[in-house]
Amino acid sequence: MVNFKEIMSRPERLTGGHRMCAGCGGTIAVRNVLKALKPEDKAVIANATGCLEVSTFMYPYTAWTDSYIHNAFENAGATLSGVEAAYNVMKRKGKIDDTFKFIAFGGDGGTYDIGFQSLSGAMERNHDMVYVCYDNGAYMNTGIQRSSATPMYADTTTTPAGKVSPGKMQNRKDLAEIIASHHIPYVAQTTFIGNFRDLHEKAEKAIYTKGAAYLNIMAPCPRGWRYPTENIMEMCKLGVETCYWPMFEVIDGKWILNYKPKNKLPIEDFLKPQGRFKHLFKKGNEQLLEQFQKEVDDRWEQLLKFCEE
Amino acid sequence: MSSVDFINENISWKDITPAGNVYEGGTANDFRTGDWRISIPEFLADKCKQCLLCTPVCPDSAIPVKDGKREDFDFEHCKGCGICAKVCPFGAIVMKKEEK
Amino acid sequence: MAIRERLSGNEAVAIAMRQINPDVMAAFPITPSTEIPQYFSTFCANGQVDTEFVPVESEHSAMSACVGSEAAGARTLTATSSCGLALMWEELYIAASCRLPIALACVNRALSGPININCDHSDSMGARDAGWIQIYSENNQEAYDNFVQAYRIAEHKDVRLPIMICQDGFITSHAVENISLLEDNEVRDFVGDYNPDEYLLNESHSMAVGPYDIPSYYMEHKKQQAVAMENAKQVILDVAAEFEKLSGRKYGLFETYKLEDAECALVIINSAAGTAKDAVDKLRAEGKKVGLLKIRVFRPFPAEEIAEALKNVKVIAVMDRCEGFSSQGGPLGAEVKSALYTAGSTAKVVDYIYGIGGRDVKVENIEEVYGALFDILATGNVGETYRYLSLRD
Repeated sequence: MVNFKEIMSRPERLTGGHRMCAGCGGTIAVRNVLKALKPEDKAVIANATGCLEVSTFMYPYTAWTDSYIHNAFENAGATLSGVEAAYNVMKRKGKIDDTFKFIAFGGDGGTYDIGFQSLSGAMERNHDMVYVCYDNGAYMNTGIQRSSATPMYADTTTTPAGKVSPGKMQNRKDLAEIIASHHIPYVAQTTFIGNFRDLHEKAEKAIYTKGAAYLNIMAPCPRGWRYPTENIMEMCKLGVETCYWPMFEVIDGKWILNYKPKNKLPIEDFLKPQGRFKHLFKKGNEQLLEQFQKEVDDRWEQLLKFCEE
Repeated sequence: MSSVDFINENISWKDITPAGNVYEGGTANDFRTGDWRISIPEFLADKCKQCLLCTPVCPDSAIPVKDGKREDFDFEHCKGCGICAKVCPFGAIVMKKEEK
Repeated sequence: MAIRERLSGNEAVAIAMRQINPDVMAAFPITPSTEIPQYFSTFCANGQVDTEFVPVESEHSAMSACVGSEAAGARTLTATSSCGLALMWEELYIAASCRLPIALACVNRALSGPININCDHSDSMGARDAGWIQIYSENNQEAYDNFVQAYRIAEHKDVRLPIMICQDGFITSHAVENISLLEDNEVRDFVGDYNPDEYLLNESHSMAVGPYDIPSYYMEHKKQQAVAMENAKQVILDVAAEFEKLSGRKYGLFETYKLEDAECALVIINSAAGTAKDAVDKLRAEGKKVGLLKIRVFRPFPAEEIAEALKNVKVIAVMDRCEGFSSQGGPLGAEVKSALYTAGSTAKVVDYIYGIGGRDVKVENIEEVYGALFDILATGNVGETYRYLSLRD
């Protein structure tokens, strides 16, 4: 069980001085995952190309206090597989004494889409590593293009809401479920709530469970979602209370629901504060909202079944 | 004085680190992002109950915590996003216009 | 003590790998290099090596894992062919720019499409500007010897670049020939331990690899890379000299065959050089002054040395076992012509595209090329400089 004050007193493993936007959810996710590392343990971080990478290691300034490797966009999983393999053999040969943990970070572009195969391979091979997706639901680094993690009807720069199109026409891929189907020891989905107990606990389990682990963290992007920067915690809370972003974990194949809202809020509450859904609230688009609600409801019901709730 | 100060726009190709490798962690700490701010948080210590709810939400690691207690902001790095002020239950952080 | 054996080129390379006993191999099967990771997996399964074998899900991931592993501080290798190398393309550049001395056994095969599993050089030639050292092998003995020398070159402090050891798919990779192997301990002593100065798993301090490099620094980093490639030339020669002491087998940047007084010569790479040597012998017996230059080191390209070796040759055919689609010939042709021009040569040069997609190359085909060169010599008329050999009209 994690102790909040102790965790927050641990040394920062992502320093300030990185160039992520003010109010960025990605760095909040990273900082708090790294807080779950025991201070005496070392880590090697792999990072897919994206906002996080170009902003946290702009030569010669690295914001990472641990060893860090950026290789390319689509291969954080495979790159870290190689690092972990190197660790195993070097440890066996007596070249290393210390404990190293292995954590990959990618956005939804580098994880759900272009890095999907590399991630799947790394998970299936069950390397002792954690892959963390900071999911902001679009390719934010290149300027808010749709990804397979983008929710339906979002207005992005490659699915613009126009006269004949209401934004992205397809459903969001459920990557946590797909990774759970790899039958790895630990999969969890979370976001930023309250004192981050849920996130800290899941990060700790993911890091200290032997074998492959995957964390899917909703990390809002104020630019891409178009909400006032200071409201990030409210956005996350609404995501969870509307059941758009359920918090669950899958431990050795067993699905566990971590939070069930007492009063499930309508999806409008989550969508309305976001500029990318503004067009859904125009007169005549009521059926789009209904359809969105139905999708959320269906997925929630399915999750309840998985979790035997 | 930073260990990467020698890497600047006048460096010769003979002296630059190969491949852009950096042989130390956390060198970004020497890079100032505080001048991005248009708003600045003010920490009202007398109102603070040390609940630390402001500390995990900072995207810039700009709220130092020592032995379970938060200290004043790291203004070298704080970008003034205002998330901390919003989550503080006690009104111990107020956002003000940054005076340049 | 030399060990006399009969092995295919793939077996020979796999044995070199076993003798080196690297830290990590990440590989994905593709014809005709598949046997190399297969043999190597068997060595792992039988405890003959200490290597971690990472059976990745693609060649892109193979090279990605190699980058991670080598950066972490482990001696790392892989093997591939054709489309596998093409899928690695992005990663080849990253491995080189990260200055990671990974070794790759490339078994040359035609690129798709149409899909074709047979030999040509379009795979490694397509990767010629990726920043890898490229060494080519005429037969299984050379493939083995080159692989044994690979890490000494790649890991040298003045170089620190990845290295590709190439041999011809099926022609040498699957053909069983006599070979002389070194003892395991001889190879291990020759190659030595790998202890890089800086690596991710260094316990004394953290390291960051793969920055976002702004215009103020990118060019300086590229210059360093270019100088490392220039440095590789001398290191290759030094390592070859040391290898000769161990094995008795001599290697240089290229091999010349009866070139000293040749009027007409071929420049050629890999297995077809063997065929061409037979043609040279036959024509020499007829009193014709013919010779050849077989490229061993293509990257770095030994331009001055090649021009010097060819300075007395009047007519040259550069043999390209891949298309360049430049409408001027193949990549080797472009490089050799550039070398000759820079050296002020007045030799007449034609470029032949030959043997692509596994098209047979026989002694009589090579004789035909020499015949064409003598026509040029006699008439002074070069004619078409961009030719296809053994193409049906």
